Amino acid sequence: MMAFADGMRRMIKGFMLKHGPGMITCEEFETFILDYLDGALPPAQRRVFEWHLKICRECRDYLEAYRASIALGKAAMQEVDAPEIDEVPEDLVRAVLDAREK
Amino acid sequence: MRDTIRFQYRCRQVGSRPGPLGSSLEADRLACRRIADGGPFVIDAENQTLERIRSGDPGETGRFVRTHIGWMRALATRMLGDPALADDCVQEAFIKAFRAIASFEGRSSLKTWLHRITVNEALMKLRSVDRRREDTIDDLLPEFDQNGCRIEPPWGAIPTPSELLEQKATRELVTAHIRDLPDDYRIVLQLRDIEEMTTAEVADILEISESNVKVRLHRARAALKRLLEPVLRGESE
Ligand SMILES: [Zn+2]
Repeated sequence: MMAFADGMRRMIKGFMLKHGPGMITCEEFETFILDYLDGALPPAQRRVFEWHLKICRECRDYLEAYRASIALGKAAMQEVDAPEIDEVPEDLVRAVLDAREK
Repeated sequence: MRDTIRFQYRCRQVGSRPGPLGSSLEADRLACRRIADGGPFVIDAENQTLERIRSGDPGETGRFVRTHIGWMRALATRMLGDPALADDCVQEAFIKAFRAIASFEGRSSLKTWLHRITVNEALMKLRSVDRRREDTIDDLLPEFDQNGCRIEPPWGAIPTPSELLEQKATRELVTAHIRDLPDDYRIVLQLRDIEEMTTAEVADILEISESNVKVRLHRARAALKRLLEPVLRGESE
């Protein structure tokens, strides 16, 4: 019964998003995400995108997790045991300079 | 040509001088604009630095290497994931830079120019290692039902990166997932999201179209999101 109700809900939602004025489907929403986050969506598309965001729980949650994962990936990579920026490895400097002098 | 070089050096220099409008960044920008607007600034000192490196002056060359080697190694290590390979990469990058410095035209800053050389060198190293370039990430892309509706289980509040990264194991898990992405996707993600290059710069350096960069970036992010879901949901242990 629950599965049936959910199936109906999705069917109605899909129909509404596809045919409703000023609406986009979740699949269309997906193709706008990158430009939206870059601030590159033209105003009209941006309004449509944000309207979808208001009415679609799935896309709202998806976008939040999508952003969180970018932020987490970035933070983790920047913390990697990369050599400290101001650390000057003298042996490597020497090797570079030796190669230069040749 | 020479004037452009002076222009770049001048702009780099101005930042350290307190500007009339307060923030040194603003002063920097204003000064750059003023120079761009016309006045022929002749900053012989900076120009001489470049000339001395070109002519092989050991002191100036040493200073140049020491100034840039730290961030170049950090960049190469992030891209290659292997400190020894990264050191090779940095050394090669410097050799390339010295070879090309005679024709450095100052269309970008010296650091931007070196950044590009280092990224290029790292890309060459990656190609020679030839890891998982053929893999697809289709299984990791978002899912939609037959109505075109997204399938996405609910999310509660997601912890911040610093909360999540308190555990060293989490950091390693996250970086391992990034490294596990197929190279075609991983490289675009790293250059855009981690090294913060623009879409145009990434397109240029990889010799692919900007729309191709965007497609790869979005797919890489979507795949990474899927891989990181257990971490973001606090279920990774
Ligand atoms: Zn949706």
